[in-house]
Amino acid sequence: MIQVASTPAVLTGKHFMNGDIACAEGALAAGVQFFAGYPITPSTEVAEHLARRLPEVGGRFIQMEDEIASMNCILGASWTGLRTMTATSGPGFSLMQENIGLGMFTETPCVVVNVMRGGPSTGLPTLIGQADVMQAKWGSHGDYEAIAYAPSTPQEMFDLTIKAFNMADVYRQPVFVLGDEAVGHLTERVIIPEASAIPYMPRKKPPFAPGEGRIYEAVDDDLVPPMPLVGEGYRIHVTGLTHDVRGYPVTSAEVHDVLVRRLNDKIRLNADKIMEWESYLLDDADVCVVTFGSSARSTRHAVNVARAQGLKVGMFRLVTVWPFPGAEIARLSDRLKAFVVAEVNLGQVATQVQRFTSRPVIGVHHGGGEILRPETIMAAIEEAT
Amino acid sequence: MVAVSTRQPLDLDRQLVPLGQVYTIPERCKGCKFCIEFCPRDVLEESIAINAKGYHYPVVVRGKEDACVNCGFCRLVCPEFSIYTEDLRVVP
Amino acid sequence: MAPAGNVVQVHPVDHLLRYDRLPHIWCPGCGLGPTMNCFVQAMADSGIPLEKHVIVSGIGCTGRVPGYVNIDSFHTTHGRAIPFATGIKLANPELQVTVFSGDGDLFSIGGNHILHAARRNIDLNIICVNNFNYGMTGGQCGPTTPKGAKTSTTPKGNPEDALNLVRLMASLGAVYVARWSALHVRQLEKSMSRAFQKKGLTFIEVLAPCPIGFGRPNDLGEGLDEMHLYQEECIVDDNADLQDCSIDLRSHKPLVLGNFVDIERATYGEWDEA
Repeated sequence: MIQVASTPAVLTGKHFMNGDIACAEGALAAGVQFFAGYPITPSTEVAEHLARRLPEVGGRFIQMEDEIASMNCILGASWTGLRTMTATSGPGFSLMQENIGLGMFTETPCVVVNVMRGGPSTGLPTLIGQADVMQAKWGSHGDYEAIAYAPSTPQEMFDLTIKAFNMADVYRQPVFVLGDEAVGHLTERVIIPEASAIPYMPRKKPPFAPGEGRIYEAVDDDLVPPMPLVGEGYRIHVTGLTHDVRGYPVTSAEVHDVLVRRLNDKIRLNADKIMEWESYLLDDADVCVVTFGSSARSTRHAVNVARAQGLKVGMFRLVTVWPFPGAEIARLSDRLKAFVVAEVNLGQVATQVQRFTSRPVIGVHHGGGEILRPETIMAAIEEAT
Repeated sequence: MVAVSTRQPLDLDRQLVPLGQVYTIPERCKGCKFCIEFCPRDVLEESIAINAKGYHYPVVVRGKEDACVNCGFCRLVCPEFSIYTEDLRVVP
Repeated sequence: MAPAGNVVQVHPVDHLLRYDRLPHIWCPGCGLGPTMNCFVQAMADSGIPLEKHVIVSGIGCTGRVPGYVNIDSFHTTHGRAIPFATGIKLANPELQVTVFSGDGDLFSIGGNHILHAARRNIDLNIICVNNFNYGMTGGQCGPTTPKGAKTSTTPKGNPEDALNLVRLMASLGAVYVARWSALHVRQLEKSMSRAFQKKGLTFIEVLAPCPIGFGRPNDLGEGLDEMHLYQEECIVDDNADLQDCSIDLRSHKPLVLGNFVDIERATYGEWDEA
């Protein structure tokens, strides 16, 4: 803790809570101690809430001069051992990309919340978009794997933010919470459990004392090196340049290839422990609607209506958008006639689904600004059947 | 160059001028000549030999072995950490 | 009689360096070597345990300094050392955090961040090695390239005015502002020691030869020749009017060095913790 705490971090109980606020409370429940951010609609409430709450729980809040500074600030703070986060939307997310890459390459845990809005560019600041999905995976230059959660309720804004912190610490990289403006600005019931019921998965500590080993060499089968902290005497060198097992920069294609592959395999080979989805009425379905975030809310209604009409349809809701559950899509594909993909963008998840199936994929797409209407999804389901 | 003053302190014969010992790590030297050029006592000159990288490194000028006063300038100004001095005289 | 120069294998400050990485990558005659030398000496004399020292840099030749110093070190992205260092310092105020970066990294791409760090008076030591160009990438112009100087992106001479770094930092409220050169190692080391003891944003500009990137295109000769230039043209005046401290290598206007500003101001966080 940076300061003395005066209020509990975990506000156990039943709440009627806004999505952005729920995200902030989820971070607090996960033990966040440091937030650096910049105001941007529709994520500003996350920052405002933490500006008030973080000092209460002994942490530190700072509004930085821009999103680039915010991203770097939380990376630096993470190396002192604290759980750190920032929150932004599309334009800020774009600014942060270079340093998200720095976080990936230096294996620095932190959480980046992107409450997506209509884009590209300034777009529709106050209205929903879901078009940053591909950016979460490919936004920074180079090869890296992303972990991204897509909450579809304020309750999930709370729960998935906690998971994001755990995954960030376990896999040592920035983890994304891809909310959207609809979920962020929705007020719904959020139940916050007892503090003892909140799962906490910490970083791997070095298995040796300072000077007695090389951090980057102490890699287990899970491909995650232990994380030393600043000020403990490990005399670590952290660099965005390609580095060898000593942590020192080297200009070597061989070393680079080994490092990049490890960083990617770190997530790919552990994907089964990271991915989450919800299968809704899929057991006997002929048609599957793949969706995430706010679009899942409309989809669920559409699926219910369709079922009432006798159509055999179900929903596959991505809880983690990245890593993408391609194998599961392929497996489902065997017994399905067709997929429908419902998303507020022009087909970002749809192209992913198409990679893993040869069945027809019908898209329910929208450029942004409006939550998908159940009747539109219904029409696509009927077309698919 | 050393200017000889016509006025000398009365206790000059009782003053202890520091005496330094020069140490070098020739293999690190990159021949910048900062130490040679800025030594206030002109103790150093370029070697005739070259190190493995092909640079001439500093050596003490013949006859100037007692000229170093351990001012420490060469140690601080050397970019390569390849020269330093130590105090030879132990002051009681 | 003392024996002639003894040849040894180890330097007294090797334990402060990652000596297994020496020799460093900088050119013969580069001013970064002496600057780093002063830094490790000041660090050793600071009375602050080495475990508490942290060094952060951006990209460029100066950005390579942390790789050679044997403490917790961070080599981050171009221009972003200061927010990174801010995060470290605010998260663990017991650490002594130094940002060691170049003129372009700190004042061009990083300009916004140094402005706000000074405004907030974050407790950081900033050492800006000013070699008047972007050396690592081959000698392009930068925000401190003097007007008229030749660089690879100003082949006919730089049409732009250069920033007066010490005046800028003083105006932004930095609590300690100094300018020395890679030749003035004694004053530079003392200056760094003072920065370690001061709370708040301290700023030291170090004029440094860059023989390949800047010296050669501008007929400044080797590193040694540029050091001679400092010897001849520099004057020390702690009370100089900072408006007169701009740098113009074409004229024989003196290069003003000194410890210009040494004031007290509440650091970031002291207000709400009161």
